[in-house]
Amino acid sequence: MTGRGDARGAKGSLLLRSHAGLVYLFLYAPIGILVLFSFNQGRQTASWEGLTLAWYRSLFSNGLVLGAMRNSLVVGVASTAVATLFGTLAALALGRYEFRGKGFTRNLLYLPIIIPEIVVGAALVAFFGVAGVRLSLATVIAAHVAFSISYVAIVVRARLSGFDRSLEEAALDLGARPLATFWRVTLPLIQPGIVAGALLVFTISIDDYVITSFVAGVGATTLPLQIYSMLKVGVTPEVNAVSTLLLAVTVALIVIAQRLQQVPVEQEANR
Amino acid sequence: MKSGQAAKGGRTAYGLLLPTWLTLGLLFLLPLTVLLVISFGQRGTYGGLRPIGDLGHYLAAGAFLANYQRSLEPIYLQIYWRSLWMAVLTTALCLAISYPVAYYVAVSAPVRRRNLLLGLVVVPFWTSFLVRTYAWMFILRTEGLINHLLLGSGLISQPLELLYNNAAVMIGLVYGELPFMILPLYASLEKLDLSLLEASADLGAGRASTFRRVTVPMTMPGIVAGIILVFVPSLGQFIVSDLLGGAKTILAGNLIQNQFAVARNKPFGSAVAFELVVGVLLLLFAYAVYTRRRGEEVLL
Repeated sequence: MTGRGDARGAKGSLLLRSHAGLVYLFLYAPIGILVLFSFNQGRQTASWEGLTLAWYRSLFSNGLVLGAMRNSLVVGVASTAVATLFGTLAALALGRYEFRGKGFTRNLLYLPIIIPEIVVGAALVAFFGVAGVRLSLATVIAAHVAFSISYVAIVVRARLSGFDRSLEEAALDLGARPLATFWRVTLPLIQPGIVAGALLVFTISIDDYVITSFVAGVGATTLPLQIYSMLKVGVTPEVNAVSTLLLAVTVALIVIAQRLQQVPVEQEANR
Repeated sequence: MKSGQAAKGGRTAYGLLLPTWLTLGLLFLLPLTVLLVISFGQRGTYGGLRPIGDLGHYLAAGAFLANYQRSLEPIYLQIYWRSLWMAVLTTALCLAISYPVAYYVAVSAPVRRRNLLLGLVVVPFWTSFLVRTYAWMFILRTEGLINHLLLGSGLISQPLELLYNNAAVMIGLVYGELPFMILPLYASLEKLDLSLLEASADLGAGRASTFRRVTVPMTMPGIVAGIILVFVPSLGQFIVSDLLGGAKTILAGNLIQNQFAVARNKPFGSAVAFELVVGVLLLLFAYAVYTRRRGEEVLL
């Protein structure tokens, strides 16, 4: 393999490597700068004047930010719980059964992923208006459930197709009833997929700005909405600090979700 | 056993799918239908909807198409045109930048480092678009890092206006969408059978010719998927143009948001939103036909 790489010419490979290096730098430098300056003493945000945690301390005494964090957490947990349940059930149906309307169901599940967010937000707020539903935290949760189900379904579906059906068949042959087979064989096998799906949609939920901005009622400001309104007023070190916090939480969740998706199915089965 | 299971499975499957159907029906299909209906209506005095007196007359007079007619006025056509060329340029730049990176990660990088390199693309794929866009605002604004460094080094005496122009929006778009191009390209390059490249070389093809006639056609599914994943969100973009373009670079997404949140003309906003949906769906229909012809695997 490496021999082939050498044969393709060292010059080309060096060019390829430097290009990749530059692109990774492009991807990470802006984020790195943002994080770095959240620890900067200076209020004049572009000049470095030494390390401080003052901006983080001021965040945690800022009632608006704390309220937004609480709202984001409520929305994230509630919508993730519901979407994970619904999405997993849908994945089981798609992965284990043949039925009429399968193609329609697939297309329906793709819809939330492909329709531009701005249209989804507009459609939801128009619908809530016509239906006489008052915008609140509940409408935010409903919207988040709606766009999250598809992601869970895709991740769990991928997990389902990755394992050997003969394990389930063996359980059935050994006399386990279908429900017992599900609880003791299928569920443990797809569990990493379910957890990974849940972590991903929790991340999408606490990150979402566009759809939330349409359907959030008074007092339902989530963290991204709070960040947006802060940076529209003016770029301050507090904005960097709160952005860094959001970034840290999402990156941690994504890394865990990635790890879980890479757990090979056989390893689970042999436990 | 298989056929019996399938026949019996129908009812179970419907039971499992019921919550999803209800949720997506109520919170996707119905709202999109409402959006379509409203787009044929007219704005009332207080930003609501004006009641229609005589429906027959309303339809016969063609009044229901008023919003669509208005959406074709030059001032709006200019906005769609800008959305379109920016989305096309973003997609082209992302493809040109991403292909060599994906190739490096999937083919030439040392095997033990591939997972790390891939993970480093996955993380920005999922992390906050808002925060990543804000990072550029922080760097480009008048009191931002670049101006600070340039002023400090004496290269300029007046801060440059780096924000609120088309170039800033383009940087933000490419930066935001890049991971969405790299990942599908990686996925199809990873499956590339390297012995085909060798065979091509053995048969006397030069490297450029092998790339053009073997590598690109073999990875076309990834290229097409990446184009879709970048082009569609760019076309409906709101955050990047709002934060980095301001009032100077208005895209279709900003027009829709403005009609709903500021101008309070929901019928007109709905008409523009629906035009965007139709455009996106046509594109995806073409994509579906393409993947079916290729016999590619599906996600669900």
